[in-house]
Amino acid sequence: MSNVALHHRSLDRAPMTRPAIFSSLPNPSNWPRIRALGVAAMLAPLLSGCNAIVLSPHGDVASQQADLVIISTFLMLLIIVPVMVLTVIFARKYRASNEEADYQPEWEHSTQLELIIWAAPLLIIIALGAVTWTGTHKLDPYRPIERIAANKPLPTGVKPLDVQVVAMDWKWLFVIPEYGIATVNDLAAPIDRPIRFHITSSSVMNSFYIPALAGQIYAMPSMETQLNAVINKPGTYEGFSANYSGEGFNHMRFAFHGMSEAGFQQWIAEARQSGLKLDRASYLKLAQPTIDAPVMRYGSILPQIYQLALNNCVAPGTPCIADQMRRDRETAAGQTPGSSHMGEMAMAPHSTTPVGASQDEEGDKLAQAPLRGAGLTPPSMLPPRPVLAESRSPASTTDSL
Amino acid sequence: MIPDPFPYTGWLFGRLSWAAIPIHEPILIVTFIMVSIGAIAVLGAITYFKAWGMLWRDWFTSVDHKKIGVMYIVLALIMLLRGFADALMMRSQQAISFGSNHGYLPPEHYDQIFTAHGVIMIFFVAMPLVVGLMNYVVPLQIGARDVSFPWLNNFSFWLTVSGAVLTMISLFVGHYSTAGWLAMAPFSGKEASPGVGVDYYIWGLQIAGLGTLLSGVNLVATILRMRAPGMSLMKMPVFTWTALCTNILIVAAFPILTVVLALLSLDRYLGFEFFTNTSGGNPMMYVNLIWIWGHPEVYILILPCFGVFSEVAATFSGKRLFGYTSMVYATIVITILAYLVWLHHFFTMGSGADVNSFFGITTMIISIPTGAKIFNWLFTLYRGRIRFDLPMMWTLAFMLTFVIGGMTGVLLAVPPADFVLHNSLFLIAHFHNVIIGGVLFGGFAGINYWFPKVTGFRLDEKWGKRSFWLWVIGFYFAFMPLYVLGLMGVTRRMSHFDNPALQIWFEIAAFGALLIAGGIACMIMQFIVTFKNRKQLLDTTGDLWEGRTLEWATSSPPPEYNFAFTPVVHDRDAWWDMKRHNYQRPTTGFEKIHMPRNSGAGVIIAGISVAFGFAMVWQIWWLAAITFVGMAVVGIGHTFNYNRDFYIPVERVREVEEARTRELETA
Repeated sequence: MSNVALHHRSLDRAPMTRPAIFSSLPNPSNWPRIRALGVAAMLAPLLSGCNAIVLSPHGDVASQQADLVIISTFLMLLIIVPVMVLTVIFARKYRASNEEADYQPEWEHSTQLELIIWAAPLLIIIALGAVTWTGTHKLDPYRPIERIAANKPLPTGVKPLDVQVVAMDWKWLFVIPEYGIATVNDLAAPIDRPIRFHITSSSVMNSFYIPALAGQIYAMPSMETQLNAVINKPGTYEGFSANYSGEGFNHMRFAFHGMSEAGFQQWIAEARQSGLKLDRASYLKLAQPTIDAPVMRYGSILPQIYQLALNNCVAPGTPCIADQMRRDRETAAGQTPGSSHMGEMAMAPHSTTPVGASQDEEGDKLAQAPLRGAGLTPPSMLPPRPVLAESRSPASTTDSL
Repeated sequence: MIPDPFPYTGWLFGRLSWAAIPIHEPILIVTFIMVSIGAIAVLGAITYFKAWGMLWRDWFTSVDHKKIGVMYIVLALIMLLRGFADALMMRSQQAISFGSNHGYLPPEHYDQIFTAHGVIMIFFVAMPLVVGLMNYVVPLQIGARDVSFPWLNNFSFWLTVSGAVLTMISLFVGHYSTAGWLAMAPFSGKEASPGVGVDYYIWGLQIAGLGTLLSGVNLVATILRMRAPGMSLMKMPVFTWTALCTNILIVAAFPILTVVLALLSLDRYLGFEFFTNTSGGNPMMYVNLIWIWGHPEVYILILPCFGVFSEVAATFSGKRLFGYTSMVYATIVITILAYLVWLHHFFTMGSGADVNSFFGITTMIISIPTGAKIFNWLFTLYRGRIRFDLPMMWTLAFMLTFVIGGMTGVLLAVPPADFVLHNSLFLIAHFHNVIIGGVLFGGFAGINYWFPKVTGFRLDEKWGKRSFWLWVIGFYFAFMPLYVLGLMGVTRRMSHFDNPALQIWFEIAAFGALLIAGGIACMIMQFIVTFKNRKQLLDTTGDLWEGRTLEWATSSPPPEYNFAFTPVVHDRDAWWDMKRHNYQRPTTGFEKIHMPRNSGAGVIIAGISVAFGFAMVWQIWWLAAITFVGMAVVGIGHTFNYNRDFYIPVERVREVEEARTRELETA
């Protein structure tokens, strides 16, 4: 097995689209990035034979996450390398056959050494902890995009592209309400426009992950998670579920296209040409388990289909979770169920089929209904994040990284 | 999928029918034939040598902590073969399953294999390995005759065996869980996993987990109450300290596992809605609960191994352990922090930045005491006289390997980094790096270190070294490619790939797995050759390695009563101190010794528990009821057994000790 030959083979098959690593160094004036360069130089030969997408992504969020991977690795190597070198040196020098080496069988304590032993990891961890705190807040998936790329601020007035995502057994449904279309296992977004994903699942847990774009987040039934991201470079990238979900998990993959605005409009137009409509019936059909599902496009959608999916009430006659929770809360509070300001959504107490015949209108109201259960506020019902993020951590401190 | 039971025999066999026997799976049939041949050979040999009586009297029903410790380790090594066979299948499948080639394992089979691999390696290899070492060594190190509750110890062991047996039965009757080693809800719920797989998982772990919990209670009581006079807490050997902390973790963590599995059972059996998607259920609760047990669990595994490395490093450097006090406090800090980090397993579940940062930073803080420990071993080598025997080689391999795993672990604790690496092969590489590099290397160091104590002869060096190099090199070949694949965005639990650029890395990893297979083969050879050459490898001193702690003060193997006279401790390195002060072994003044008596109740109850678990899995309610009552009856009956102890007469003690005196004179 020749390493050289293998090396070439993998290069041939997966040519790197641009120098790896270095793409993650957009701002040389930033001190950690300069140091990251050193690590990158060390890692580059190791990874040159493969397309390490995680370290050389094409979206600003993923790029910053890759930077963090490299900075953290570098910080830890500061301590790991000396330890490994010392282990080898000590093991060699103090081998039993080396009679000349110092031997002190009773030596077991040194206050200075103890101080170093505890202080050295502590200092590294303080540095890493600071990086973690700022990085975690800055790259919180719920936090709206604040810049397009390094040195490229967000133009004012840009509205993020909302994408509603439903993980199904075993495929991905994407709904783009702004354009009234939906697709299966295929997604596009214009480059340099912030994307806001609203993510849920139809049955079990999955994890929504496009390595080139941004880190992953779980897709969970009856709950919503969010992800804010932006793609900077045109291209077709892999997306998939990063959380095992059963038999068809292998094929739970989709293509994500970063496109120019014109290309994106054309992609939308193509979808619109489809005669299929994503409504309750077609959703339920789609949600049936299938393996290796083909790409599908829906030219029109039932507007509240995502809310119905999130509330597990696409099937006619199924109580929506939001309604159920509100009813439970009101019962617990001693109110008459259905007597609140949401009265127009009223359902008979303890009725098993609370959702009326006019299913489609009901969904709209449902989207407004506060969702609360077990003392938790689900992410989907939190007030918009920018307010929270600003009030907790002024942008000036988080951006100083 | 299991078809509906026959309407008229449903009450008799529950869900069980001929369809549960996998006659259409050639791999399983071959495995079954191999296992059957092996089992018939072993059972036949036992019968041929008329060893059943001996096995039953001297081993199965034994309450001697030493024999139970040995049986735990034998269980671990046997289950290692099964777990590793799973690993080889996964590695080979992933190495060939590209493009149009779908390999030889369809997803539903592959999914069972990775689930079984994880469950077996954690619960039935790593756990019995560390529990076995603790069981054997701790009472000897603290100068005790046995553990606090000897019968409970036997019972704990057999419950662990029952769990393993139930897990193994799933291979040939029905199928195993496909839900991964933690059976995450809602996938493990009735809707997504209607078959018997998750039920096998639940009952196997409930039974084995109960055993682990009882064993934890036992060892905590033993360490706190049965130390030799003079051995204050800060004079305990470090291995005993780590054992104490580990067992405290067990006592605090395992009830959580029991509860979360019980809640899952209620969901599955009685239609409760704890972890479902509707009716107020919440799968996130399961994820939290299982990790509140699961994270301490990894420290349960690693802490005793840290103890082994501490003992080995000091012994083979011929030197006191550097920084004993900071070692002890580091262990205690790790024990406490183990409960404050569980959320780092699911940063990607949508917690806010504050929560994620908190758990990320607490995780990093754990690396401070761990780092201090590494430094302490490092400075134990410093100015020592290092002998490179096998235990020391494993320890050095650990020190060089574990720091890499530690580093990638801290990296995964940075939430934004975790967002891109979570669930990837990078994560797989990380935890194998710490579990193989830490727990298994520690177990092997411990086996090589204490084997002469257990048997009276040391392990063959030549095959041991072959095994060592194959294991260590194999480990790097098998797992370094997975780090690279993780950085290429490859996720875990996949049985097929489309991107051909990945294949070479999987091939390297498969090659590494083959090297490890060689390492295991050499290890088996090591035992065989050792047994063959046991006369030449004999050690009559009882102190082969110039030991420092009390287990080396008695003969190898130790007499059933461990010490004729309870030792008095003046120093941390008690035996080292005794030797330095020209300790004279007493040869007169023996007294009769009070000992616990063997009992079959543990084996019997545990045996019935297998039938109970099987009945619950297949919903054979009458059998479940009978076996449940049966366990209770035997258990209560056992409490009326007043014939629980006996005295070793003074003549017998004198005889044994005089034999030892003669042996020492010739040594």
